[in-house]
Amino acid sequence: MDFDLMITSFPKLLGATVVTLKLLSASLFFGLFLGLLFAILRLNKNIFINKFAYGYSYIFRGTPLLVQIFIIYFGLGQIEYLRTTFLWVILKEPYWCAIIAFTLNTGAYTSEILRSAFQTIKPGIIEAGKSLGISNKIIFYKIQIPIAIRQSLPAYGNEIILMMKGTSLASTVTLMDLTGVAKYIISTTFKPIEVFIVAGGIYLFMTFIIHNVIKYLEKKYSFQQ
Amino acid sequence: MELLAFGKTGWGDELFYATLMTIAVSITAMLVGFFFALIFTPLKLSKYKTLNLVGNFYTTVIRGVPELLVIYLFFFGGSGAIMYVASIFGYYEYIEINAFITGSMAIGIISGAYSTEVFRGAIQSIDKGQFEAAKVLGINKFGQFYKIILPQMLRLAIPNLSNVWQITLKDTSLISVTGLVEIMRQSYIAAGSTRDPLFFYSFAAVLYLLLTYVSMKLINKLEVKYSRGC
Repeated sequence: MDFDLMITSFPKLLGATVVTLKLLSASLFFGLFLGLLFAILRLNKNIFINKFAYGYSYIFRGTPLLVQIFIIYFGLGQIEYLRTTFLWVILKEPYWCAIIAFTLNTGAYTSEILRSAFQTIKPGIIEAGKSLGISNKIIFYKIQIPIAIRQSLPAYGNEIILMMKGTSLASTVTLMDLTGVAKYIISTTFKPIEVFIVAGGIYLFMTFIIHNVIKYLEKKYSFQQ
Repeated sequence: MELLAFGKTGWGDELFYATLMTIAVSITAMLVGFFFALIFTPLKLSKYKTLNLVGNFYTTVIRGVPELLVIYLFFFGGSGAIMYVASIFGYYEYIEINAFITGSMAIGIISGAYSTEVFRGAIQSIDKGQFEAAKVLGINKFGQFYKIILPQMLRLAIPNLSNVWQITLKDTSLISVTGLVEIMRQSYIAAGSTRDPLFFYSFAAVLYLLLTYVSMKLINKLEVKYSRGC
């Protein structure tokens, strides 16, 4: 065990954790909106809209995240037309490509989580709202969405942890996130175990925090109160 | 289309073999995972706190750390660890482990953590009466587990194991960083030499979709078969 290496690499890895957290929070933020949008589309009665939303979530859940990042980062640059538009400003940056890929990926999983949450809402609750004369729009925003969010908290907590692990793939498109820096230190010092313990410890600590925050929220918003 | 031709002109045959490699790695990793799950599930369900701790440590660490980091640990640390063990037995030559073994071990350990959780959940959802009935009938411990609990557990575990299979299948794409020529690595090579990444990575995505689709169909059949009479 090389404890000196563990101590000297700790600040470097902690600095890289900031990149990981930035990637995670940005993709979760955009992904939640995308997920909500596609969950609503999935519940639409129009078969084309419905199938489109299903196709989106099927494709992004059925292929590895690595393929998705590579298509966006290496693939889209190949389209000549895209290079002339303003989109190129975003797409030439690996940072934004990673965020786009993560957003699309987590959006697909989130849409499934929210869809099943919407479907488990008891029809009686919506009927109660209707008989009280509340408009459909208000029922949706003030009754269905809050209940669906509460219902999906445990599953969404898992999704946050999965996404946090997913951000490690940003290191494959030259970003120096926690895994990227860990790999760099391993390949220069050839001490994989020491670096793994430090980097893995940081990841576990984040998992621990996320897990407990979700648990707290679940308790706070439980129906039994 | 000519990019996908078989033979020397296209990448069809290379991608075909790469797909077989992905399937081979996934199946090996899944089996390695079962092996780990069979060791760690009893530990997690054990009466003894220390054994529980070992079991929980395994599943918590593996499920809380990115797959890529575990793969790097195996890739850079694998031959070092083997050489260390070999040196105890007096063998000091350089040992290089094959990328297939490193990859399927790394993915196998990850998949094992998920399988452990699935098995634990399945065993816990079996009715206590089943254990008691088996005991009353005078079936010994071995028979209780293999003839009564295991068949029931497997049926309950199939839907969740199909999720583990999907995760494992998708995780194999990460082994491409170690140089093992599976779908992702082959697409990377093809994309590099033809300068057509969009086509090859999209094709890789189609291959993965095809694999997940076909395996889901097969698993659904299994599920129906083992749910007869329930």
